Amino acid sequence: MTTHGATTAHVHKAPEGFIWKYVFSQDHKVIGIQYFCLALFAVFLGMTLSVLMRMRLAWPGVKIPFMSSDFTPEMYLALLTMHGTIMVFMVLTTAPQSGFGNYFLPIQIGAADMAFPVLNMLSFWTTFVSLMVLIAAFFVEGGAPIGGWTAYPPLSALGSIAGPGQGAGMTLWIISIAIFCAASLMGAINFITTTIDLRARGLSLMRLPLTVWAWFVTAILSLLAFGVLLAAGILLLLDRVAGTSFFIPGGLVVSGVVQSQHTGGSPLLWQHLFWFFGHPEVYIAILPGMGVASHVLATFARKPVFGYRAMVYAICGIGFLGFMVWGHHMFISGMSPYSAFAFSIMTMAIGVPSAIKTFNWLGTLWGGQIRLTTAMLFALGFVSLFISGGLSGLFLAQPALDLPLHDTYFVVAHFHLIMGVAAIFGIFTATYYWFPKMYGRMMSEGLGKLHFAITLPGVYLIFMPMHFLGMAGHPRRYADLTGVAYLKDLLPVQQFITWVAFATIAAQFIFLFNFLWSLKFGQRAEINPWRATTLEWTIPSPPPWDNFAGHEPIVYHGPYEYSVPGHAEDFIPQNQDPASVARSLASGVPGGVPGNDARLKR
Amino acid sequence: MPGTVLTEELEISHGGTGGGAGDGRGDDSSGRGGGSPSELPTRIYQTGVWLALAAIVMFFMALVSAYIVRKGLTDWRTLTLPKILWLNTAVLIASSITLERARHAFTHDNESGFRLWWSITTALGFCFLAGQYVAWRQLAASGFYLATNASSSFFYVLTAAHAVHLLGGIAALLYVLIRGWAHLRRRNGIGAEVAGVYWHFMDGLWVFLLLVLQMGR
Repeated sequence: MTTHGATTAHVHKAPEGFIWKYVFSQDHKVIGIQYFCLALFAVFLGMTLSVLMRMRLAWPGVKIPFMSSDFTPEMYLALLTMHGTIMVFMVLTTAPQSGFGNYFLPIQIGAADMAFPVLNMLSFWTTFVSLMVLIAAFFVEGGAPIGGWTAYPPLSALGSIAGPGQGAGMTLWIISIAIFCAASLMGAINFITTTIDLRARGLSLMRLPLTVWAWFVTAILSLLAFGVLLAAGILLLLDRVAGTSFFIPGGLVVSGVVQSQHTGGSPLLWQHLFWFFGHPEVYIAILPGMGVASHVLATFARKPVFGYRAMVYAICGIGFLGFMVWGHHMFISGMSPYSAFAFSIMTMAIGVPSAIKTFNWLGTLWGGQIRLTTAMLFALGFVSLFISGGLSGLFLAQPALDLPLHDTYFVVAHFHLIMGVAAIFGIFTATYYWFPKMYGRMMSEGLGKLHFAITLPGVYLIFMPMHFLGMAGHPRRYADLTGVAYLKDLLPVQQFITWVAFATIAAQFIFLFNFLWSLKFGQRAEINPWRATTLEWTIPSPPPWDNFAGHEPIVYHGPYEYSVPGHAEDFIPQNQDPASVARSLASGVPGGVPGNDARLKR
Repeated sequence: MPGTVLTEELEISHGGTGGGAGDGRGDDSSGRGGGSPSELPTRIYQTGVWLALAAIVMFFMALVSAYIVRKGLTDWRTLTLPKILWLNTAVLIASSITLERARHAFTHDNESGFRLWWSITTALGFCFLAGQYVAWRQLAASGFYLATNASSSFFYVLTAAHAVHLLGGIAALLYVLIRGWAHLRRRNGIGAEVAGVYWHFMDGLWVFLLLVLQMGR
């Protein structure tokens, strides 16, 4: 512990009793773990749904053992909708930002907790209610909604005449998302305020770890995007329950019935509102992964992040451009070609900051003393997936190419690689990297590497062939297309993908086992097992409830001072006293490095 | 390269606040080092309320942009706004003025003056909401219900959304009102200040929404 700390703020008293310690906790670390557990539950639920869908696609007549009825196309659509919604909101939005961000942002900036601990607790429990309402949609009459996670009207606005699940299930879906919006806004206010106001002395913006930058910008995106989704959701709900016509056009005929109570609304209006949220949402999912990848690459290459400032500006640039490009989801909606051109140019412009990040990651690795820990492997996997998933975005960004590729498996492949799997790899990176700090024990490196060795080829073998399905014209969202001659020949590809998916999903149980086993039996972790520089590695593992035990660390160094020439250690913790650094540089003897009594054995 | 970086870092003195670019650190006497060591800096409440207002702005901008788009479609019927809205607006603006009187009394350590003006502000807030309810009744009496036409739908949605946010403001005003004087005086009266910022903003937001509804009929 640094002796240079001033007495810091006590955000709250040490919690007492099980309820206040672990259930309605105001401790950002407990809340972070709560979010992580919620996301872990949600990801296995979402994965189960995808297994069922894959089976239906590969073997159209398949009977699922515990399902009483036939596997109808409507059931497939319900699984598809719930898979997308659960994964996007409850996993990709929740784990990287609310989970790891909650746990590590305050520690990395030297704060005792978030700025508003009560709001933080409310934010988690609101998210929990949102998930419960969403799951409840499975158990109401008609079952879960079938409109996809984008819930396009008019079919999402008409009620059960539009199909099973579009009745009560769809209503619950909208309510769940509205609750989730409220939770995310609370979280965003907390993240931004904490980053602006509670940084330790000496921790200027350009000394923030890139993880903090990513969480900070992500929170800004959440703050500006979720209010728009909330507004759209309220209008959609009113169209359903109050008979308004915001999104439902007049004279609409559905299932042979004229929807006469509605006049002149615009389904496209929903698309604009939804995607104004929806595109920033993509970056809400992926930016934290970029932050973690940068952080871990520098740690295990033992080099400063190449072009730190450029990385910061690239994060900000991606966040800014993310609000300008929602129209590229709507190229085939009949928009003016001039609008499409503008959206297309803006979309491809995102390639610039993305390329800056990619080349800087490669630059960070260049000439480094690379140590292939599991966390490092997943960070490298993240970079790989970011490149291969991002490149197909350049195809889809062009209206002329999007015309044939829209709503095909090409799009499914693209967004699963870039938004789904890349972000999940970010989560894995964060888990393997920070597990020792969170639980005081090391995860098994052997099992971790086995997990990686199956997962990386697995996801490529699942999603790469989907590009070809898409180019062959296979549309998405259909349970089966065996009745269509030219698509029937593609069935073996679907079957191949399903087999690989089984194997890849099985590998995730290695992760789950490793996680649970290491909690109890993992090797004890030292304070700083990775010999890293940022503040979380200067306090015990796991950290005490007030993080810095009543002291505020003072920061003297940038976040990635690895392999400084002349310095005895190959890293300088951010809070190391400059005088001891100077002594060390002069004599080559290590100076009192805070939290550095721990050495990695290898 | 890292060597030069290090030299730069060494020059930062112990007392430096890190010079965060333009984020206002170190210019707040109630921040770290000042005031009670066991409390967080009061500026978090200011930051928090402005962020909340930014989110609220996005929410209403989404509704207003939907209003503008929807208005361009063929079935739009012009809505005659109830006259009482103008009275309501005057009431709400008056509440902002009384709020400033209360804050003035607060800075002069005048508890009775503060409580009087703050109570009047709260009462005016309730009057505004009651007036909005009358406006809804009048509109309904003239045959415009929520689902009658998109124009009336938007009227009800925008006014109701504003009313809900204003209720939050009233809750904040009441919270300040029931607090003891010593508690309010703590930490430079941050509670009253934040409630005031929010209240003025709701006032301004209403004027904006009224102009949208009036000019965009």
